[in-house]
Amino acid sequence: MSILVDKNTKVLVQGLTGKTGTFHTEQALAYYGTKMVGGIHPKKGGETWRSGLDSAAELPIFASVAEGKEKTGADASVIYVPPAGAAAAIIEAIEAEIPLIVCITEGIPVMDMVHVKAKLDKSKSRLIGPNCPGVLTPEECKIGIMPGNIFKKGSVGVVSRSGTLTYEAVFQTTNEGLGQTTAVGIGGDPVKGTEFIDILEMFLADDETKSIIMIGEIGGSAEEDAAQFLMDEARRGRKKPMAGFIAGRTAPKGRTMGHAGAVISGGKGGAEDKIEAMERAGIKVSPSPARLGQTLSEAIKDW
Amino acid sequence: MNIHEYQAKELLRGYGAPVAQGVAIFTSGEAEAAAKKLPGPLYVVKSQIHAGGRGKGKFKELSPDAKGGVRLAKSIEEVVANAKEMLGNTLVTKQTGPEGKQVNRLYIEDGADIARELYLSILIDRTVGRPAFVVSTEGGMDIEAVAEETPEKILTLAIAPERGVTNDDVTKLNAALKLDGAAAKDGETLFPILYKAFTEKDMSLLEVNPLIVMQNGRLRVLDAKVSFDNNALFRHEDVVELRDTSEEDEKEIEASKYDLAYVALDGDIGCMVNGAGLAMATMDIIKLYGAEPANFLDVGGGASKEKVTAAFKIITADPNVKGILVNIFGGIMRCDVIAEGVIAAVKEVGLKVPLVVRLEGTNVDLGKKIISQSGLNVIPADDLDDAAKKIVAAVKS
Repeated sequence: MSILVDKNTKVLVQGLTGKTGTFHTEQALAYYGTKMVGGIHPKKGGETWRSGLDSAAELPIFASVAEGKEKTGADASVIYVPPAGAAAAIIEAIEAEIPLIVCITEGIPVMDMVHVKAKLDKSKSRLIGPNCPGVLTPEECKIGIMPGNIFKKGSVGVVSRSGTLTYEAVFQTTNEGLGQTTAVGIGGDPVKGTEFIDILEMFLADDETKSIIMIGEIGGSAEEDAAQFLMDEARRGRKKPMAGFIAGRTAPKGRTMGHAGAVISGGKGGAEDKIEAMERAGIKVSPSPARLGQTLSEAIKDW
Repeated sequence: MNIHEYQAKELLRGYGAPVAQGVAIFTSGEAEAAAKKLPGPLYVVKSQIHAGGRGKGKFKELSPDAKGGVRLAKSIEEVVANAKEMLGNTLVTKQTGPEGKQVNRLYIEDGADIARELYLSILIDRTVGRPAFVVSTEGGMDIEAVAEETPEKILTLAIAPERGVTNDDVTKLNAALKLDGAAAKDGETLFPILYKAFTEKDMSLLEVNPLIVMQNGRLRVLDAKVSFDNNALFRHEDVVELRDTSEEDEKEIEASKYDLAYVALDGDIGCMVNGAGLAMATMDIIKLYGAEPANFLDVGGGASKEKVTAAFKIITADPNVKGILVNIFGGIMRCDVIAEGVIAAVKEVGLKVPLVVRLEGTNVDLGKKIISQSGLNVIPADDLDDAAKKIVAAVKS
């Protein structure tokens, strides 16, 4: 098993006709035939999108997410819409009751996400992101922008606030021979759809996921919350070997480090507190981002 | 993006918040005219810099027992004398670092008779994904210290965005601040006003410290600190006009022109990385091997050759940089584009310090080939560990 997505997941693309949407849809189609089923464009409904890589690959374009869902039976949507229109795109997908919405877009205003979150809380949808690399289940389904060639089918669940550190974790667990069940980038924004706890819950429940890598960074308290969750679950007998990493030990206070959510403010959100909380919850935290795979192998051996 | 106190107050006044009369000045010659516009007889002369702790700050150029960056004046003559002493000098506060900040603007404000000092701020509460008021009766002091010592004196109240500030919210805020009579009545209008300003202008922080109860029992915004969500500036031209680039690092201004996420630091190893998390992790690993990073730099996901070249130039222009580490894990970012950008930059500006390049991911072989065939003195690295060790060794030797 995997979490969130598998070979049966049918994916719509909001923002398909743009440069980014086109590039990554071509890549997804080339990745074990991920089931991309259509694109959305309010003015181009009825037209057809064609891949530049494979002349046979084409997708229908629908005028709305609701129409796309009705005609294709899609159960997921990926969003490549630019920041100013991205929140509206997420809300359209929520209103169309798409079960899984993945928003890649970076730079959405926080207040827009506040309104999205209020709608999301009352909906049936799950949102991953925004400002994230997406979700990938090896050899089955690639939603988003992760490079497929570094993955290997296996037993590690990967969850991260950072895109490129997700790639490090995937690459290193592939090199260790472990492979992955699913990798999820939850995104670097302060207000987002899915937190560590949600994904950890799924990985704990998934039989094929034998171990977990969790990568956090400075800002907020999601890592501390996750650590508390893991301790509570361990008391109920649910636990798996885990390795972790926190980026930003050397970051100065009060400065936003690239990700809108990566900032130590009001004396909160520093790396040391997070590392301490994670270690207390039994996670082996690697001091080096280059030893994520090794650290997990050690955690599995010591289990 | 941050703005000055006087700009923040002007903005809040526009929303109807109770703010004292005041005039901003840029030269001491303007001080007298500014003070004459105010009722007197009490004035406050306030340094305008983007850093807190101004009142307790000290001017570098003045004697250690000279007054701080916020001064009380009891006559127009005193306003002028203080303005002359403050303008152009360097104010060092606990937030500026030892180098301090030059005071180029002053705000001359009508004095107030303070009965009580309170704390109020609005920020985004990430745990619930909503704006939240943070209030305390302990105003005029560092809220971090209050949170540390007497957390029970702080109320955090999240606001439901679909409803805004409700009567119930107002009651809770008034109670937490122990407001009654005219002050509680003022609270009824002030809290929704501040919330409206926060949400409409896409602020990331609105801090009023202190909010005061005056001798006459009315509320007043005595200090105001406002930061904006950079991602929302595209829809606020009026806010962008308030930007004061003299408050920012030159290298950071240059980087922002190319849409590069760059933060200047104190170390000597320049870093160019793709992805914010990996960029922070690269800084961390440099430190782990005993050196200090000179900067944080995320070239982003889909950087062009031109952007990479610009990034490289900004790093090499920093005189503290004694070595450079390029660390790329290509996803959308292709390694060959990075390689070409680095080579183009080196050809243009030269390479006077060791350069270690670690490439992984999309088109890695092509990227490595471009680097090795360039004839440039680049030290290749196999992985992040290897790269960090090599650049630290090169800088230390």
